[in-house]
Amino acid sequence: MSDHPSPTQTLPVDPHTVEEMRHHIRRYLIVGVALAIGTALTVWASLINFGSREINVVVALVIASAKGFLVAGFFMHLISEKKMIYAVLGFTAFFFAGLLFLTLWSMAHDNLIHIR
Amino acid sequence: MEIPYAVKARPDTGLYNAKVGIWLFLASEVMLFGALFCSYILLRVNAPEGMWPHHWLNIWLGMTNTIVLILSSVTVVMGWASLKMGQFNRYKFYQGITILCALIFLGIKSFEYHDKFIHYKVTLKDGRVADGHLQPAETTLPVAWHLQPVIVDGNLAKGAKPTDKVVLEGWWPKDEVALMNPPLEHKTENIEIPASQIKTMENYGPWHNTYTAIYFVLTGLHALHVIAGCIVIFAIWGPLAKVWEQDPERYINRVEVSGLFWHFVDLVWIFLFPVLYLL
Repeated sequence: MSDHPSPTQTLPVDPHTVEEMRHHIRRYLIVGVALAIGTALTVWASLINFGSREINVVVALVIASAKGFLVAGFFMHLISEKKMIYAVLGFTAFFFAGLLFLTLWSMAHDNLIHIR
Repeated sequence: MEIPYAVKARPDTGLYNAKVGIWLFLASEVMLFGALFCSYILLRVNAPEGMWPHHWLNIWLGMTNTIVLILSSVTVVMGWASLKMGQFNRYKFYQGITILCALIFLGIKSFEYHDKFIHYKVTLKDGRVADGHLQPAETTLPVAWHLQPVIVDGNLAKGAKPTDKVVLEGWWPKDEVALMNPPLEHKTENIEIPASQIKTMENYGPWHNTYTAIYFVLTGLHALHVIAGCIVIFAIWGPLAKVWEQDPERYINRVEVSGLFWHFVDLVWIFLFPVLYLL
């Protein structure tokens, strides 16, 4: 007979781990509800006339960024990740920012990169 | 030779190999989608005044898909937490919901794509424009999305007869600006157009304009990620479930890594939804 548990069995685990995971699960549910509310808020804000479309764009992107933070921070555990992961993401953020900067810079009126 | 740190974390970094690997991969994915978002910005900012489309997509379908992906992200982490607590059956239940959510998302996306492929802009020889959804049962002109464009500069498609007609469930926008920004609740009617009166006719596929091009590229690439994530999650959930018996820690690591990819897919959609559907 195998010493390993069958897939349907519950594996004995450390009680501290169980308690910690229960805490995590509560947090995941709260974040899930917050994301759903954020989605409804995004739709609601998009239907409001703030006077200029630019404000609508900024509001939508702010809400999307907040939702992105919740997913990355809690679901992907980035709020308590190892230093090496932060280093990888730091480089990524740097190059992504550079890409955005080049895009916006190319659209400026006083340069020769982009011709309207 | 056994590969070190395939399961156990390396003492100095606190990470096992696959976790470093998935984060490096996700970093490259950020740059991939980042480049496409920059393309979107360039196309949108440089579009002539009033010529960037609004309300071309169904907000409520987009919102439903957003909620579906959020739910799937919750079930992914719940599944992972269940495994950490040693509850395999709960994990199976949660990841089953994740797979179901992925299929619902793809089903809704397919419906939206189909809606664009049967949505036609018809320019008549007298200059008027009709815009609406093709009524295949009533249309006699041979139309197929892969035969685009069906009519160009008054030339009928191969096999078409002058007596053919096109029937749309649509409306008559007064100009191009109205076509780009249709009222949220505009009235539609059954429009019957003889093929001989049509100058050009084209559906809203990726070839239609820069908006549909970037829409199909961004959502298509995202959908490929959903399909890939779904296949990996399903493989771990089903055929590879026996690994849980042999090496539970390795199995939990696999679930964690596939979950990180899935959350990234959700993260991308969180930005795609407002950018393509709402703004």
